[in-house]
Amino acid sequence: MSARPASGWEVVIGLEIHAQLLTRSKMFCGCPTAFGAPPNTQTCPVCLGMPGVLPVVNRRAVELGVRTALALNCRVSERCRFARKHYYYPDMPKNFQISQYEEPLARDGWLEVDLPDGSVRRVGIERLHLEEDVGKLVHEGTLETAQASLVDFNRSGVPLMETVSRPDIRSPEEAAAFLKAFRAVLIYLDVCDGNMEEGSLRCDANVSLRPRGSDAFGTKVEIKNMNSFRSVQRALEFEVERQARALEAGERIVQETRLWDADRGVTRAMRSKEYAHDYRYFPEPDLTPLALDPAWVEDLRRGLPELPRARRQRLVSQYGLPPYDADVLTQTRALAEYFEAAVREFPQAKTVSNWIMSELLRVLPGDDEGALRASPVTPGRLAGLLRLVEDGTISGKIAKDVFDRMVRTGEDARTIVEREGLTQVADTAALSRIVDEVIAQNPRPVEDYRKGKTVAARALVGLVMKATGGKANPGIVNRLLEEKLSKL
Amino acid sequence: MKTDATRLTVHELTAAYARGAVTPTEAAEAYLERIAKLDGRVGAYLTVTRDHALAAARAADERYRRGTPRSPLDGVPIALKDVLSTRGVPTTCGSRILERYVPPFDATAMARLADAGAVLLGKTNMDEFAMGSSTEHSAFRPTHNPWDPGRVPGGSSGGSAAAVAAGLAAAALGTDTGGSIRQPAAFCGVVGLKPTYGRVSRYGLVAFASSLDQIGPLARDVRDAALLLGAIAGRDPLDATSVDEPVPDYTAALGRDVRGLRLGVPREYFAEGIDPDVERAVRRAIAALAELGAAVEEISLPTTEYGVAVYYILAPAEASSNLARYDGVKYGLRVPGARDLIEMSGRTRAAGFGAEVKRRIMLGTYVLSAGYYEAYYGRAQKVRTLVRRDFERAFARVDLVVAPTTPNVPFAHGEKQDPLSMYLNDAYTIPVNLAGLPAISVPCGFSPAGLPIGLQLIGRPFDEPTVLRAAHAYEQATGWVARRPELA
Repeated sequence: MSARPASGWEVVIGLEIHAQLLTRSKMFCGCPTAFGAPPNTQTCPVCLGMPGVLPVVNRRAVELGVRTALALNCRVSERCRFARKHYYYPDMPKNFQISQYEEPLARDGWLEVDLPDGSVRRVGIERLHLEEDVGKLVHEGTLETAQASLVDFNRSGVPLMETVSRPDIRSPEEAAAFLKAFRAVLIYLDVCDGNMEEGSLRCDANVSLRPRGSDAFGTKVEIKNMNSFRSVQRALEFEVERQARALEAGERIVQETRLWDADRGVTRAMRSKEYAHDYRYFPEPDLTPLALDPAWVEDLRRGLPELPRARRQRLVSQYGLPPYDADVLTQTRALAEYFEAAVREFPQAKTVSNWIMSELLRVLPGDDEGALRASPVTPGRLAGLLRLVEDGTISGKIAKDVFDRMVRTGEDARTIVEREGLTQVADTAALSRIVDEVIAQNPRPVEDYRKGKTVAARALVGLVMKATGGKANPGIVNRLLEEKLSKL
Repeated sequence: MKTDATRLTVHELTAAYARGAVTPTEAAEAYLERIAKLDGRVGAYLTVTRDHALAAARAADERYRRGTPRSPLDGVPIALKDVLSTRGVPTTCGSRILERYVPPFDATAMARLADAGAVLLGKTNMDEFAMGSSTEHSAFRPTHNPWDPGRVPGGSSGGSAAAVAAGLAAAALGTDTGGSIRQPAAFCGVVGLKPTYGRVSRYGLVAFASSLDQIGPLARDVRDAALLLGAIAGRDPLDATSVDEPVPDYTAALGRDVRGLRLGVPREYFAEGIDPDVERAVRRAIAALAELGAAVEEISLPTTEYGVAVYYILAPAEASSNLARYDGVKYGLRVPGARDLIEMSGRTRAAGFGAEVKRRIMLGTYVLSAGYYEAYYGRAQKVRTLVRRDFERAFARVDLVVAPTTPNVPFAHGEKQDPLSMYLNDAYTIPVNLAGLPAISVPCGFSPAGLPIGLQLIGRPFDEPTVLRAAHAYEQATGWVARRPELA
């Protein structure tokens, strides 16, 4: 931000992140979790909260929670427990949510985040727990004027993982960086698809200010309704400034929940009716406490993949990639794996990186793991294409056309090159005849060259390339031209 | 003359089917006729499932004709307390708020009985949401004690107990949260068994207090109770609190005598306030067991006096949560005319719940509130642990605890207006639920006015075989079960 009234204040931010887990079935029943099905088609008595139903814990959800907890260096509880959180809202069929309270799945972890200025911030993780999502209200018209409201319970009971950070974040930029790093971890673990727009990753923030040098916390404000990284950063910037102005005007900060209004670029206080006060938590009597087998947890720990930050550092040290390349290539596990697979077959890392960044990511979004894994240009085929460039079979320019054809047809580079006759003309005798013709037909640049304008040779090279349909080996053409021109 | 099926026990009835003395259809018709003739005076049923019953009975006829009955319950006409979900059959819980609710699924207990070939005659009356000890809190009708229509049948499974006693069902299922099977069994002169918590799946049992509720049989004799328990017991993947403990043949231990069994008589169960007729009958029963060879000793369960207080914190706490889902949004009653959702739920709950249910919701909401949770709920949980330990200590010395089921004989309709005096009626049954133990009430005599009295036998967790064995030995030696009320 340009004007920074916050300069005398230290910003204190903690995030609460809800991630929808990539399980096939819901947290406490067997209904599917797929997004976008017609309303109320993915429901059963359990996720509709009908009388007499009971929850059964989804083992896979626990596994994903434990994997995340381990990746975030948390202490995984040997025994945890679900609890009921009560408030009345019609999108919640039981009028309580099964969550975890006093005995969460894991506590006390951390995540290291690389900041834009090159420094590293270790952000503490206070707790990580599992819970169920609620349904969705659909109002006929706007909330204020609706004559009726409908409920879609498809999302009701979808597994959520809530992670609460410690208030270790010191600026809105850091908050965005933390959230990005956190999201990358979830994606690497195949725990969550990380889609903030569709709501599979949601973030609330607690923000307070305190005089620089103070250890005490100021009054915190909770910010909700931030649906993108940009929203998180903008909302926090606005809120920091709002609080700083208020404090400097001698006002007191009110502890409250505020909603980010992205259209107007402001946070506004929720009406007090909009948030509940006493959730009356108590242990869920329908579920026995969850005892996690330490051997199982150890198995999960051993099965953890290399995490994004470690991989980024390794791509720099092992392959000598610039940090920028490593950053781009590690945005998802699939992309990093693509890179490494291609380098195994064509061990020129920077070349492979250039091709991935400029060509592959031009046609495929780097954060779409499915598309990457299904790419018609497999890492092996990309390597094959680069080998044809290296051994002079095709030129770099032709290679880009071949790449596009590979995307369209799913064929390998050699098949396309041979069928289309794209092989470079490296036959000196043939090229020699073409060079002779070009020299004979273009007296002006030849004259210019002889007068010492060596740049005129470039025009002649271009003409030879044109005559060969771009397939001439530029090195050979250059050599032949130089020889022939110097003999004139 | 043909056998009168309605006078037979379950095991006598299926023996008659096997002999061809009577068919399941004849039995079902006889029961339906008797219900049509007598239930206006008893009030045991809320719904009679005539068509279902006849269809199921016809299918059973066929199996007996082929000599391939499915189980010892095949073709047996039974009744279910209206708190157990039945697919396509109204399940009201005795409440206006569920008056028109028809579940789309069967409770596991119902499904298992149906698999065994049992024939559902209908759904029985109960205190609203199983909250009460007299069935007077049913929103629909009172149930009359078959031994004296001016008196209550007990509750909350009063309809099931009265139906079995009056010959309106061969056997029935009830539920027991603080005595709701055993107390009406005692009041109606039938056998009632509350199994160990976790022995029978609660899936489809509309929850009152989840950590205490358990489904069990009401039957004319101990063998029938054993047969029903065998059919419904066992681990259910839909109930995480159901225990994976093998289900023995509960009839196998019947017929063994009680020699060598050690019986503990808790002095706290004969405290002041016990009806002298009840004490006399129970002491005589204990003497009879001693004569049969059991070793009897006095024991102490010092926390007995706290049972009622603990129960009236924990059960309402869980109830306030379990009953939050009845908000007019999804099923059951919705009071029209509200301007918004909050008003809709408020009006629906105000009109749909009776006074006792509202009292317990308020109690439960209060004890879970911030600032009171530890003092009430937290402390009650600790005392619950002490109650459990009392029994653990007792069971280190004895095999069974024997005691009265209730401190009194059936009281008159309207006699107990003060909720507290009603609550104290359950002082001898509640500790068993708090400790999660199996217990049976078996008839042990009559007051001079001809009102039934029950003997309670309490066992170790999952030791239903010993409970049934002693109850059966006593029953066979004394013959009280042969007495039936005369209604015709």
